[in-house]
Amino acid sequence: MATHSNKPTAYDELLKGLWRDNPVFVQVLGMCPMLAVTNSAFNAVVMGLATFFVLVGSSLLVSALRQWIPRPVRISVYVIIIATFVTVADYTLLALLPAAHKELGAFLPLIVANCMILGRQEAFASKHTVKFALMDAIGMASGFMLALFALGSVREILGEGKLFGLALFGDHFEPWVIMILPPGGFLTLGLLLLIFNWVTERKREFLAQVAEQQAGNR
Amino acid sequence: MSTQLPMMEKEPGSATLVATLSIAGFISGLILITIYLATFDTIAANKARELREAVFRVLPGVTQMQKLRFDGKTLVVLPADARDDENTLYGGYDAEGRFIGYAIANAGPGFQDTISVLYGYDPAARKMVGMWILDSRETPGLGDKIYKDAAFVANFDDLVMEPQIIAVKRGTKARENEIDAITGATISSKAVVRIMNEAHAFWGEKLSGTPPALEKQIERVNHGNTLK
Repeated sequence: MATHSNKPTAYDELLKGLWRDNPVFVQVLGMCPMLAVTNSAFNAVVMGLATFFVLVGSSLLVSALRQWIPRPVRISVYVIIIATFVTVADYTLLALLPAAHKELGAFLPLIVANCMILGRQEAFASKHTVKFALMDAIGMASGFMLALFALGSVREILGEGKLFGLALFGDHFEPWVIMILPPGGFLTLGLLLLIFNWVTERKREFLAQVAEQQAGNR
Repeated sequence: MSTQLPMMEKEPGSATLVATLSIAGFISGLILITIYLATFDTIAANKARELREAVFRVLPGVTQMQKLRFDGKTLVVLPADARDDENTLYGGYDAEGRFIGYAIANAGPGFQDTISVLYGYDPAARKMVGMWILDSRETPGLGDKIYKDAAFVANFDDLVMEPQIIAVKRGTKARENEIDAITGATISSKAVVRIMNEAHAFWGEKLSGTPPALEKQIERVNHGNTLK
């Protein structure tokens, strides 16, 4: 993406999380939930929504309070804020969606330890206005959710022959059980990273070619 | 990413740091208490409903239940919100209040974490009439078949429990006290069977007497709150 001015707009901050700086495919952060709970598309989406809530809430608070948080204790304060949002998400899910809570189990409280969330607070929200921090958080959380969903749907389709619990193939389909086991997570993530990087590379080459042609025409 | 940090003129004193963290902790605590209290009733109701549905599932024909406790000699009726311990179980009754069977919960180690099992027991026939996994963290795709595989669950619908249940290789089930284990999840299958055998060793003799009658009062008293 060619940026003409050095100052990114709020829109740029929103978009960068989806592709250019995708937390999973580019920054390779948050791998624990990424590999652990993506054995079905539904789990992936619920985890993505919980992370979305925590990241957007934390970024909003951290950015709004950034002038009052003393630097030496900033990380502790971020962790307190994140942990509070995580517990709120945990109890809300337990009350509203007990079945999903059962599936995700220990990985919901572990959102606290998702380095992607703490990373956004330290690298972005603590240095930008509320508007930019919100845009950044929404973009990053959506990028994370998309990545979770990509992994979860591929693994569920191949591993169980279903998507969101609906059977896609006939009875003749023998599920690749390995895809919903841990090795399947690594395999799928590796392949998705490969595709992602390949597309990015092609795009760069294409843009370079176009620029060359334009230079030649002049 | 810009690195323009609003530089602090001087390092904040330790009093400021302590105060900041205390305030953050205090506010966080208030929020946690609020969310805990706000969701408490729903969570308790969910758990009670889940248990009720499980009891109805493991005891076919049951429409009413009451919590029972073995006090050393006989079974006494407990209020539905009484604490569970290893001496509590559930009695299941049909619409006319006739006794159908007991629902017994027990837990034990599985392949990954504790498996919590509820099974229906008919003391007259000395048979298991159904089972339901209340909680487990078995491997998705393999061990989780202990509740996702209908054929495995159906093993327990009419099962002789004595001298004990034995898990055998799939397709080799020959006797009335044998069940077909899940291919690829033998440890999980055997764990379920072991948990049931342990429970039966504890309860088998205690349940041979006359079952307690359904106490209507308990049902009515709790209708408004915990059981919905």
